[in-house]
Amino acid sequence: MTTATEPYVLNIGPQHPSTHGVFRLRVVMDGERIQDMDMVVGYLHRSMEKLAEERTYTQNIPFTDRADYLAAMSGNLGYCLAVERLAGVEVPERASYLRVIFAELQRIASHSMANGTFVNDAGAWQTPLMYMFRERERILDLFEMTGGARLTTNYMRIGGVAFDPPPEFFPAINSLIDEMPERIDEYAELLIDNEILLARSRGVGTITAEDAINGSLSGPMLRGSGVPWDLRKAEPYCVYDRMDFDIPVGRNGDAYDRFLVRLEEVRQSTHIIRQALDALPAGPHKTDTPLALRPDPGEAYGRVEGPRGELGFYVVSDGGSAPFRFHVRAPSLINLSLLREMAIGSSLPDAIVALGSVDIVVGEIDR
Amino acid sequence: MPAGPTQLTGDTVATALSAALPGAVATATAEWVEVEPRRILDALRWLHDSAEFDAKQLSNLCAVDRHDRFEVVYHLQSMDRNHQIVVKAVVGDHDEPALPSSYPVYKGALLQEREVYDLMGIRFEGHPDLRRMFLWEGYPGFPLRKDFLQIPDHHPGLPKFPFEEPGVQAR
Repeated sequence: MTTATEPYVLNIGPQHPSTHGVFRLRVVMDGERIQDMDMVVGYLHRSMEKLAEERTYTQNIPFTDRADYLAAMSGNLGYCLAVERLAGVEVPERASYLRVIFAELQRIASHSMANGTFVNDAGAWQTPLMYMFRERERILDLFEMTGGARLTTNYMRIGGVAFDPPPEFFPAINSLIDEMPERIDEYAELLIDNEILLARSRGVGTITAEDAINGSLSGPMLRGSGVPWDLRKAEPYCVYDRMDFDIPVGRNGDAYDRFLVRLEEVRQSTHIIRQALDALPAGPHKTDTPLALRPDPGEAYGRVEGPRGELGFYVVSDGGSAPFRFHVRAPSLINLSLLREMAIGSSLPDAIVALGSVDIVVGEIDR
Repeated sequence: MPAGPTQLTGDTVATALSAALPGAVATATAEWVEVEPRRILDALRWLHDSAEFDAKQLSNLCAVDRHDRFEVVYHLQSMDRNHQIVVKAVVGDHDEPALPSSYPVYKGALLQEREVYDLMGIRFEGHPDLRRMFLWEGYPGFPLRKDFLQIPDHHPGLPKFPFEEPGVQAR
């Protein structure tokens, strides 16, 4: 008796826990091996870039929350930096420090989510994720205390930040930052030498440094492949040039290295927050920017090192009260450029781990 | 000038580029260099390979509809030399815009060019997989174009802000 297999198409998603949102993969399988892969996106497309052309510069800040809804502060910051560059707005020093503190808190929250869901994909079902949610929850409480919102913060403004933190903010953040190193050690002990995680993620989704650069990857995807590239060092914005921190890099460029890079970045972020809190100057938290902002015709590209990579905003003005063009350089989307190469030839569970290590947010992919 | 702190001036790039590829540069300003659309792939390849400019990454690609023409904007990044280069290509044909794809030089153009095609309708010749991305095949029109579902005499934004007297900036 002879048997033969023939390729078949498997749909993963759009509703599937491993796709981290409404994101669909069409996979051509030959037995257990992936022959080809195609991603289908757009289920969450809200045409933000078009809508932004109808709204004033300040009215567009909430869109940047809802693009990458796990890193709203980073989105706010990138957009405000772009508009400030376009309109020539100065930012007071206290606001720059507060921006650094909130952007780094956001990075801790986002990386906790990323690492938690990544080990979830690799088989450590829910327990590490819930540990990491514990710290994320306290960070969201800090956001709520200061700006009133937890996820879609809408906190940064053109020329500063919306509110000064209330008095109860400082004891809360101090106790969090004091406890963080211990918590990170706890995750490291639980996960770094975990045999199952090593077996599931080492050598999976490997990308060389050259491919990572050529494929426009950024953030932990690029640093996991061993490229020490971080916009906070390369093109310091706010007050990052006064902060002392390291850029962790991976060696092999696989899913495990990206996980390690994110874990170490959480540690570096706590160092940055500690330094920023110690040096936080007194003074105004925003400049008196006119609501009627009509920048001179021109264009500016503002970018920050978001949790997922280079989060850029390209804003073009024609002299009116609304941007002529508003483009988001979305790291979640562009980091998927090499997904097909990573997946072809691997097994389906490995492809899920590789996708988990990219750390996508579908709101930012589709916008 | 709203240029980034590590951005090279367009004139610097234009001088070197026109020496290496005569006729490739259309114009240059302090911020960007505008390349003849037919020569864009040569120019990008030269900037990528050149030791001086070392533009190893296409960090951002997007397009702007200027009503009568399209501007395609390339933000190139050198990691080793830590500078950014802004290259533009102007596509004059507003009805059937087309431009050579940069995919042969930059794999990172794969999804970015697909996005521009999907929303702006610029056809990138030589792209291996140019399909709709966020919208579906057969979707009528390209939404980010300025003439998409245009309302006559509509001007986006606010003509006047609340409490804004003519000539006085509201706070």
